[in-house]
Amino acid sequence: MGYLMAGTTLVVAADLSLGGSPAAAAIPSLPQIPELYDLEDLQTDAARPTAQLITITMNTDGTASFQLPRAEVGQGITTSTSMIIAEELDLPLDKVHVTLAPARPELLFNQLTGGSNTSVSTFTPIRVAAAIAKGALLDAAAIELGSIVALLTSKAGVVSAPDGSSVTYGELATKAASPTTKKVNVTLKATSKFKVIGTSQGRVDAHDIVTGRKQFAMDLQVPDALPTMVCRPPTLNGSPKSINNEAVVKAMPGVTDIAMVDTGVAVRAQTFGQCIDAIRALDVVWNTGSVEGESDATIKAKLKAAEIPLVVPQVPILAQTVDADFTFMFRSSAALEPNCSIADVRKDKATVWAGLKSPIVAQGHIAEAVGLPVSAVTVNVITGGGSFGHKLFGDAAVESAKISKAMGKPVKLMWHRADEPRQGRVHPMCTSRIRATILAGQVLTFEQRHTSVSTDFTHGLGEMLTSQAAALPGGLGNLGFSESIFLLTQELPYNFGLVTQLLNEVDLSFNTGSMRNIYSPDVACANELVVDQLAKKLGQDPLAFRLAYLKDPRVKAVLQKVADVGGWGRKMPAGTAQGIAVHKEYKGATAVLVEIDCRPETVNRQIPNAVAGPRVTKAVIAVDAGLVINPRGLDAQMMGGVSDGIALALTSSVHLVDGHFLEASWDNYFYTRQWNIPPDFECIVMPSDSQQPGGAGEAGVAASVSATACAYARATGTMPTTFPINHDQLSFTPKPFIPPVPESPTDGLSQTY
Amino acid sequence: MSMQTFLLNGTSVTVDVNPDVRLLWVIRDMLGVTGPKYGCGINVCKACTSHINGKAFNPCSVRVGDIKPTDEVTTIEGLPATVGKDLHPMQEAWLEFDVAQCGYCQPGQIMAAVAKVKAARAAGHEIGDADFDEIRNVCRCGTYNRIREAITAGAKNM
Ligand code: FES
Ligand code: FES
Repeated sequence: MGYLMAGTTLVVAADLSLGGSPAAAAIPSLPQIPELYDLEDLQTDAARPTAQLITITMNTDGTASFQLPRAEVGQGITTSTSMIIAEELDLPLDKVHVTLAPARPELLFNQLTGGSNTSVSTFTPIRVAAAIAKGALLDAAAIELGSIVALLTSKAGVVSAPDGSSVTYGELATKAASPTTKKVNVTLKATSKFKVIGTSQGRVDAHDIVTGRKQFAMDLQVPDALPTMVCRPPTLNGSPKSINNEAVVKAMPGVTDIAMVDTGVAVRAQTFGQCIDAIRALDVVWNTGSVEGESDATIKAKLKAAEIPLVVPQVPILAQTVDADFTFMFRSSAALEPNCSIADVRKDKATVWAGLKSPIVAQGHIAEAVGLPVSAVTVNVITGGGSFGHKLFGDAAVESAKISKAMGKPVKLMWHRADEPRQGRVHPMCTSRIRATILAGQVLTFEQRHTSVSTDFTHGLGEMLTSQAAALPGGLGNLGFSESIFLLTQELPYNFGLVTQLLNEVDLSFNTGSMRNIYSPDVACANELVVDQLAKKLGQDPLAFRLAYLKDPRVKAVLQKVADVGGWGRKMPAGTAQGIAVHKEYKGATAVLVEIDCRPETVNRQIPNAVAGPRVTKAVIAVDAGLVINPRGLDAQMMGGVSDGIALALTSSVHLVDGHFLEASWDNYFYTRQWNIPPDFECIVMPSDSQQPGGAGEAGVAASVSATACAYARATGTMPTTFPINHDQLSFTPKPFIPPVPESPTDGLSQTY
Repeated sequence: MSMQTFLLNGTSVTVDVNPDVRLLWVIRDMLGVTGPKYGCGINVCKACTSHINGKAFNPCSVRVGDIKPTDEVTTIEGLPATVGKDLHPMQEAWLEFDVAQCGYCQPGQIMAAVAKVKAARAAGHEIGDADFDEIRNVCRCGTYNRIREAITAGAKNM
């Protein structure tokens, strides 16, 4: 059911009243929450009451347009959404234009991009809207062609009658318009009739990307919005007290304005290069930060102190115990596009342009920060250069608005790369303790206690209500929210008797957020390493053991698939090994097989300003994501997930020393590079008879980090317990903290190739 | 301030700017050519990779004052014109393999790829795994495998 909206051209809206049908399984371990109702369900249900406000417009040029209330950050949702509309409307893909909707508070829960939920929650409403549009076009065509709807056929945006006469959607757009809004019923195309959905399509923005035409926030030309950067404090979350040389810096070439804001001293100039020079010249007196004197070791000690005890379960006296204790260090979730935002704050209104996955919350915070009503704040959502959880927060958007207000001018704010790991959002440090017991070839119990520096969920479910609840003082609201998210996402997919997985979080004043896949990469990595230990204790092969204990046939199928394709069990030279792991989340399942080379000649490869380390030489990933809209896009997300997994296991972390993070750029923060990736990569998209798409964006990470860690343990004979494995050796010389940003080199011409 | 002149994508441009400003900002902020992206400003991420006189370089780490009036600077926007087509074969290959995810690193990746293929040939071999391992451009979305496939295919048509 949906709506024909009043208008001069055809506009339709979808109403969603689709009942969820959670499936419970009969299993020896009691079902965990995500098996019955998971984060996808929570987000989908939260999005339901307002989904009817999603509209598709048919234009007179024969194109259909749709404003997607989500953020495209590389995950391919503008492409998959175009495909859904093209399918239902029988329109060529290039005639569908999907843009991103600005912040629309009336959408409430329905404007959060996160939890890999876009396709899960928008698939049906978008189809319904497109189907209504199609129905209205056919009605109009029947009148136009003097025929009846049942005899008409539609193809590629043209409706034809049996007598050969035809009319285009463009010609019908005005005729199909409804003078009033009315409810209509609709039948969706049968999945067996799909011609677009399920086929591999290139990204709709690919041409713009390869020609350099795709515009990110910093590429927009907003009148008078000059480059602006912030001179930031030397310690985490410090703040400026006073400026000693404001006049001198203000007189520097290109500099137009200087303003003190709570996060630092903002400089506006003709070019970003001149902002950098000015920042380096500023002499600022700073207030202390939020974690003065703290380091990795002190934070870890606080986490250990907050761990919820493992309860020694009532097991027979002869049972053997496997105990393991893991630490996952802080990691930066920064994308390649640094935090950036354009803001134009006037006396009576504010306009902001930024990549935002939670624009309604950002809009609320901007309004609060500049003292305007929400209705006076326009927030334009711009396609982002990556997110990985970073863009859930409006940090740059709010900061840019404050600066614009302070300067009384439009600003184009960009964070320096150094600002990102040092002051930006990080994935919290956490520990994971596991105790499992076995007797007579059976796993009797499996307990996990995950303890984390508090994960900031103050974006809530994308609207101000839950956002405010999560921001309650003392982190109380946030902890409740964190625990809910943890319980809604974590699911041990094995029959291990009595299973408990608990989270505790400690608010330690860091800037955190949900990095791609939230808790799962760490939780799953800990679990899968212990699963390998259990298999070893029972004298079983890791694959056979998993297949014997896994609950779900879909998880078993992906695991068997990677084992077959990847050649599990083949003989490998000493110092190299295979690893295999699974993960179940996002209404789907993934399995990964990797081969790793930990021989000294590989580990010790000399690469300037980089970490070589062990090389994953092969990766095979199989994914069951339910109904797949664009297999090629899903494959891309899995490739990215494997890349992230390798980084999390082997190379990527930030080091906290004396109240600040040491990393300042890509020569300090070792995300996976060409010399780290598996030259041999394969992704298998499993066939599925599901009627519902699953999540894709984050689904590839957890099993990848786990498989890499398991392979490393098998290749070296030692199970790693701190991640990434190279965290304890600092592989770079830290850049200075004052000035907070490095000078740009001048020797680029000596390095051409 | 002083006048700085060079060739940008085939056209002579003159800007009134301090010679110390790095070329990336002259191109992006003053001339509005935004294909080359900022990712670090210190020549480590390679998002700004462009060509100077046909060779790859990183304009974030070159003073505009060090560029001569006869120097030809080519950004991703000017790449097709270097082969007289709508798209360079490397861009075609990027489309064929649907390499991009967010796309932010991709202009730099393509410019690096073209130079890398030429450099391999100048050294007497076709581009291969060892050359790919030397490409320093960061892709935070992790598109590295597709980049390798696309370069291999694009090289065939260069
Ligand atoms: S911005 Fe030029 S190399 Fe990173
Ligand atoms: S495609 Fe996003 S950084 Fe490479």
